[in-house]
Amino acid sequence: MGSECSSVVAEELHVLAVDDCLVDRKVIERLLKISSCKVTAVESGTRALQYLGLDGEKSSVGFDGLKVNLIMTDYSMPGMTGYELLKKIKSSSNLREIPVVIMSSEKVLARIDRCLEEGAEEFLVKPVKLSDVKRLRDIILRGDENDEKKGSRKRKLQDLSPTSSLARDLTPLKPASAASKQSRLKRPRLKNTD
Amino acid sequence: MEVNQLQRTFLEYTAALFREGFLDSQFTQLYQLQDESNPKFVVEVVSLFFDDSERLINDLTRALDEPIVDFKKIDAHVHQLKGSSSSIGAHRVKNSCLPFRDFCEAQNTDGCLRCLQQVKQEYLLIKNKLEDLFQLEKQIVAAGGSTNLVEWML
Repeated sequence: MGSECSSVVAEELHVLAVDDCLVDRKVIERLLKISSCKVTAVESGTRALQYLGLDGEKSSVGFDGLKVNLIMTDYSMPGMTGYELLKKIKSSSNLREIPVVIMSSEKVLARIDRCLEEGAEEFLVKPVKLSDVKRLRDIILRGDENDEKKGSRKRKLQDLSPTSSLARDLTPLKPASAASKQSRLKRPRLKNTD
Repeated sequence: MEVNQLQRTFLEYTAALFREGFLDSQFTQLYQLQDESNPKFVVEVVSLFFDDSERLINDLTRALDEPIVDFKKIDAHVHQLKGSSSSIGAHRVKNSCLPFRDFCEAQNTDGCLRCLQQVKQEYLLIKNKLEDLFQLEKQIVAAGGSTNLVEWML
């Protein structure tokens, strides 16, 4: 995530939101705009990759020239799932630095593990709340500037970045045991505040 | 009818909808996203939900009428409906989708048909109630009152 965040000058993130459901697209768009983010909302993984430049030539700059700072994608979509989109992004040398957040209405632990292992920044349970977006925004904006105010949580997030060897050690090759789950400091809040 | 009376009615009506489980906290969240720059946000999202739901219910009716039922397709539609109803806080519609998905997995046509009936019923109920609610809101605005009454409930 390094240099990407230090180049976000105006503190306004550009978020690419991907969701096949029109109602959800409208809600997430509003959530993001009210949190002072620029939003581009698309309906599929395919459109998302098109926007990002399939071969990554433009390096996270969309067709309209706006750099993408964060991708939020629904998990269950027809055609390309959010997980498949995540994999494609993380295997692209130009796009892999962009943080990707997965959203899903289903709290399936195996699904969450899979996404985090593949490099997802967070796994949000739908419906996404304003507090989720605000928290995300803060995380992305602070980036990996060693901000002491954010303290240990931030350092742990860094330590668990997909490229660190520590993350590799923590990523189990066998089904996740309770112990390794506890070490997943990136595990998102699963509670639904209904 | 004077503004205060209208507002009281609005609040009581909304409170009842929450109490009876028609709406959940996500509906309140939607009002948090509405402001002067986007004063019709809630009505717009809910309209999208109505259009989307009607389309899905029609698709489901057609799909269950096929000689060979495609349960995967039906499950996909129900999943969509569950998602969008959840996103606007249409609690009972969302809940009616849960057994529906179970019957899809069990490939039980009769069960699915019963669930579709239930879904239709819940949908029509919430549609009527929300339309009434928005009508009340319109009257409040026309009488010079505030529209963001749900704040009072937060």
